[in-house]
Amino acid sequence: MTTSLDNLGGTDTTDLTRRGFRVLGIGIGRQKALFTLSIVFSVLFGATTVADAWVLGWATDHVIRPSFEDGDVATGALVTGVLLFISVSILRMIGVVGRRLVGGIVFYRLVAGDRRRVTRKYLRLPVSWHQAHPTGQLLSNANADVEAIWSVFMPLPMAIGVIAMLVVAVATMLAADLVLTLVGLVVFPLLFVLNVVYQRRQGPRMAQAQSLRGDVSSVAHESFDGALVVKSLGREDEETARFASASEELRDANIAVGRVRAVFEPVLEALPSIGVLLVVLLGIGRIESGATDPGDVVQIAYLFTIVAMPVRAIGWVLAELPRTVVGWDRVRGVLDDPTRFPYGTADLPGSGPVGLRTEGLGFAYEPGEPVLADLDLEITPGSVTAVVGSTGSGKSTLASLVTRLLDADEGQVLLDGRPAPDIDHDELAAAVALVPQATFLFDDTVRSNVTLDAEISDEAVWDVLRTVQADRFVEALPQGLDTQLGERGTSLSGGQRQRLSLARALVRDPRLLVLDDATSALDPAVEQRILRALAERSQGEGGPTVLVVAYRKATIALADQVVHLADGRIADRGTHAELRERSAAYRDLVDAYDQAREEVDHE
Amino acid sequence: MSEKKKSDPREGSLRIIRRGLSLSPAIVEGWRRTVLLALLGTAGSSLVPIVVQRSVDSGLGDTQGGVDSGRIVLVVVLAAVLLGVSGVASWAAKVRIFTGTERGLTQLRVRAFRHVHDLSMLTQNTQRRGSLVSRVTSDIDQISLFLQSTGMILVLSAGQMLVATVVMAFLSWQLTLVVIGVFIPLALSLKIFAERMSIAYDRVRQTVADLLTTIAEPVVGASVVRSYAIERRTQQRIDDAIQTNYRSNVKAQTIVSVTFASAILVGGVANAAALGVGVWLGVVGDLSMGTVIAFIFLITLFVGPAQMATQVITEAQNAVASWRRVIELLETPADVVDPGPGVAALPTGDLGARFSAVRFAYPEGPTVLADLDVTIEPRQRVAVVGETGSGKTTFAKLLTRLMDPVEGTVSLGRDDQWADIAQVSFADLRRHVVMVPQEGFLFDSSLAENLRYGRRSATDAELVAAIGDLGLVDWFEALPRGLETRVGQRGESLSAGERQLVALVRSALADPAFLVLDEATSAVDPQTELRATRALEVLLDGRTSVTIAHRLSTAENADRVLVFDAGRLVEDGSHADLVDAGGVYQRLHASWVAQASLGGGVTPAGTLAP
Ligand SMILES: Nc1ncnc2c1ncn2[C@@H]1O[C@H](COP(=O)(O)OP(=O)(O)O)[C@@H](O)[C@H]1O
Ligand SMILES: Nc1ncnc2c1ncn2[C@@H]1O[C@H](COP(=O)(O)OP(=O)(O)O)[C@@H](O)[C@H]1O
Ligand SMILES: [Mg+2]
Repeated sequence: MTTSLDNLGGTDTTDLTRRGFRVLGIGIGRQKALFTLSIVFSVLFGATTVADAWVLGWATDHVIRPSFEDGDVATGALVTGVLLFISVSILRMIGVVGRRLVGGIVFYRLVAGDRRRVTRKYLRLPVSWHQAHPTGQLLSNANADVEAIWSVFMPLPMAIGVIAMLVVAVATMLAADLVLTLVGLVVFPLLFVLNVVYQRRQGPRMAQAQSLRGDVSSVAHESFDGALVVKSLGREDEETARFASASEELRDANIAVGRVRAVFEPVLEALPSIGVLLVVLLGIGRIESGATDPGDVVQIAYLFTIVAMPVRAIGWVLAELPRTVVGWDRVRGVLDDPTRFPYGTADLPGSGPVGLRTEGLGFAYEPGEPVLADLDLEITPGSVTAVVGSTGSGKSTLASLVTRLLDADEGQVLLDGRPAPDIDHDELAAAVALVPQATFLFDDTVRSNVTLDAEISDEAVWDVLRTVQADRFVEALPQGLDTQLGERGTSLSGGQRQRLSLARALVRDPRLLVLDDATSALDPAVEQRILRALAERSQGEGGPTVLVVAYRKATIALADQVVHLADGRIADRGTHAELRERSAAYRDLVDAYDQAREEVDHE
Repeated sequence: MSEKKKSDPREGSLRIIRRGLSLSPAIVEGWRRTVLLALLGTAGSSLVPIVVQRSVDSGLGDTQGGVDSGRIVLVVVLAAVLLGVSGVASWAAKVRIFTGTERGLTQLRVRAFRHVHDLSMLTQNTQRRGSLVSRVTSDIDQISLFLQSTGMILVLSAGQMLVATVVMAFLSWQLTLVVIGVFIPLALSLKIFAERMSIAYDRVRQTVADLLTTIAEPVVGASVVRSYAIERRTQQRIDDAIQTNYRSNVKAQTIVSVTFASAILVGGVANAAALGVGVWLGVVGDLSMGTVIAFIFLITLFVGPAQMATQVITEAQNAVASWRRVIELLETPADVVDPGPGVAALPTGDLGARFSAVRFAYPEGPTVLADLDVTIEPRQRVAVVGETGSGKTTFAKLLTRLMDPVEGTVSLGRDDQWADIAQVSFADLRRHVVMVPQEGFLFDSSLAENLRYGRRSATDAELVAAIGDLGLVDWFEALPRGLETRVGQRGESLSAGERQLVALVRSALADPAFLVLDEATSAVDPQTELRATRALEVLLDGRTSVTIAHRLSTAENADRVLVFDAGRLVEDGSHADLVDAGGVYQRLHASWVAQASLGGGVTPAGTLAP
């Protein structure tokens, strides 16, 4: 079968078809037992469909004709005919239910299986990989693409059953009449070839429409996401024009698909009818010459009527193949991604604060454009270090490196003397907490967002909510800790979200706490209250080592050591006083407000 | 949401379809001709049984009598011609339907999209982003699927069954009654099947939504998942969602399979009945042999539609539901309406703003701004301060007419030329008044493209000049690809502060008469922030500005400070006036100064001055 298909297309489609069939093979291999069962049902359906026509032929010759000729009901034969019609239809029904249900189960299992594979892979791939891939693409890999691969399994059992059906059909025709069989041998292959041609022509058009549908969707997504910007800059007209042009391209692609459909569908519908007409025409001669019985003519004519629809299933399978291959490639692209981010097995003994050191640390998002270079840091356990630097100087990148969300391109990060990549994942997570600059909340309850389903008592949760001054607004929520936060916590203000994010880190009593500008959405007064409480917390014995990215001097003043980052390198380090004393650049950065105030005063 | 509407779905559905069609006139253009062509196209399917009946009765079924071959040939040739005609009609009908529906639905799609942007931020915020996107994507696709496939099948099947019934009744009314009698129980049970199916599909849709949300977690929240090592928890949630989705799919599939197959059984029974009754009628009455056989052929014309019926009904319901959602969106009043050009014009030149007895409350929420009376003079640089939640952002949104006040009016103008901003066309308003929100949202394209959101016509040189004017050359030159830097989705390839800088340059390019900054530089370092905001002030010299101050230094530099507390304007004056006035401002400022002047080794590390 593969070869006959290959002859029809050019090299490209040949390759596509071959690869499509290989994917089919893989899918079948994954669900061998169930797939086989669905084929059994499908063949049952195919055979009983042909049997249906045979029953009509038999009834014509043994019931209808004798009864009309004799003017007397051939009772015995009639009962047989009635029972045959009913029992064949029962078998046919069983075939259909089995094929559709089991075939559906095969499809849904394949999809579920790949969804698990892809999401497991997402959970293993490092943050840097996630940063390098657009969110929308990753979501569609796990959803639409996975479905695209396997949706061919919906019509597949039927198509295979149809092949069986055609074989049986030709066999019964041969048994009935050789000449009339020739009509079948012309019409069936023609039907088949037309279907293939149809799907070949349609395939690229459908793929085009599908990808344009994706474009329309992403324009809408982005535009609604940025609605505030669109509105405040008065860009509604331009956005509408952008969306309209994407929609119009989709419209034209859909119309192109429709035009092809409009040509082929009537032809495919008419072809079996033409077959019937041919059978009747040829049948006259055959019956006149006594070579065949009227029942055979009727049977063959009926066969054309009921076989026509199912034959199209083969076309559906072929139509799906390009999507299958495209989906497969996309999903394989994720699953086969060689990026590894292994965790070691070393632990971090003890329960006190963790010391942090970096040696010759270097990192680049894009090769040749280092964001951090040659960074040596030494942070003693229990101390507080502030990282200060201008926008884009690499502070967030540093925070990600020391919490091992990213791995260094050069040099290394050491926690209590152990290289970060050697440390066990759970051990690392238990010891180190990062409060990122951008807050992420789960579509879950307040409690779950803080505890992340770890076993933490409500008391401890309230305690930490008090620390970050979130207790009052959480109490005011309709269901308190059990309130659902909704899509990414949009029901909360920026400051409230940031406090929950802080609570999430603090409730775990981390041994190294990294705050990446994590109080930016809070008023200075609120921030001060929180920081004071934090300071109290770490005044107690065993408080964490703290690395804090900050601009506010209150925060900086908490630090035992300040690291001034400029252009991805350490420009200077020391206490705030020392740096202020000796570094003009540092003064310009952190004293900007004071300088501004002085200027005002001098005016 | 649609509880009330569900109580009377028939009436509602008709209204929805009528309303939907009136919104997309291209769909129904020339519908009479389309329907005529489509009916002609379906008629072809009834030709075969007629030919069979004629030929059998013309002797094909009779081996003893002579065969009237001339007549049979004539019938066949006639049928072939008619088949050709109906094929062409079917083609023409399909082309018309595809073209018409696609055109019409594209109109609807674009209109719905535009309407989303016309809705105020308030209305938008009550909906999930994803659901707004579905209105202009999957909902429209669902309608198109219905109009082009399912709906067409529905109409054609109905036509086919109608034609078949007419042919049957013409051949033998007794046998027709028998066949219809067999199909009646199936027809009656369709309603129940369809109900169960629609419940099952509702469940599937719900599980799909849950699945999408859970799958997004490891993608959107990658760093949280990783840094708290909650991979197992996340995987468990995903596995559960996948499993629930799988189960609901299999359940729906079971219902579909059974209903689909039951038509086959009914078809078998109908065949048997036609055979039995037909033979008996032939013997006792005058039914011809060809008619009995033709009936078996005609029954296939019922089985096909009956198989599809439940699915067609379910999909039709889905399509109507989608249509209803799109229409509901379009019928949601744009609560902040663009009055269009020519109602009230803003005076050229400098602009001030005036709030008169303004009150505001979020829908179903408490009053968050009350009794607001304030006039901002042209060219004034105003700082707005207050604690989180005191109403600052609300003030800014009213000022830029992203929302309308519940009571009172906001006007723009100067001297004695004031225009209620509700009367000013959006085009005019947005040209003069620009707000830079806290979240620096960027579009997934190049830096240059994003900057051009501020001024469409700006050349590259002008963009670079604007960056330079804001004192951001150092930052800009460090970008390896300069203006061609790809910013990533939502601008996420830039650091948070950098995104805000882009938004700032964008607003400078827009060159408004009145600029509103809502904590627009909260993630930018102090030095860059001061440099950029001051440069902006110089650039906008002589313009009016309202800055929601994240840092009190802004207030120190402003001409005037507005202090909000719990939704009220509690203080209004210059920094010098207020700093010793013993009010809210003094308290806020003291705490700011305390934390800002901790440097210089005055206070030992680890302790904070009160
Ligand atoms: N995901 C990313 N892809 C590419 N470049 C990035 C990405 N994140 C940050 N950068 C670039 O790395 C530099 C440092 O960023 P970051 O560490 O976030 O700075 P900071 O936190 O100091 O503002 C910036 O120039 C930024 O544009
Ligand atoms: N979309 C919203 N829906 C309901 N309440 C809101 C919404 N946005 C803000 N609020 C409430 O309105 C009040 C004022 O908020 P806002 O103007 O954002 O304050 P600020 O900008 O001073 O922090 C707060 O109590 C806040 O909870
Ligand atoms: Mg940062």
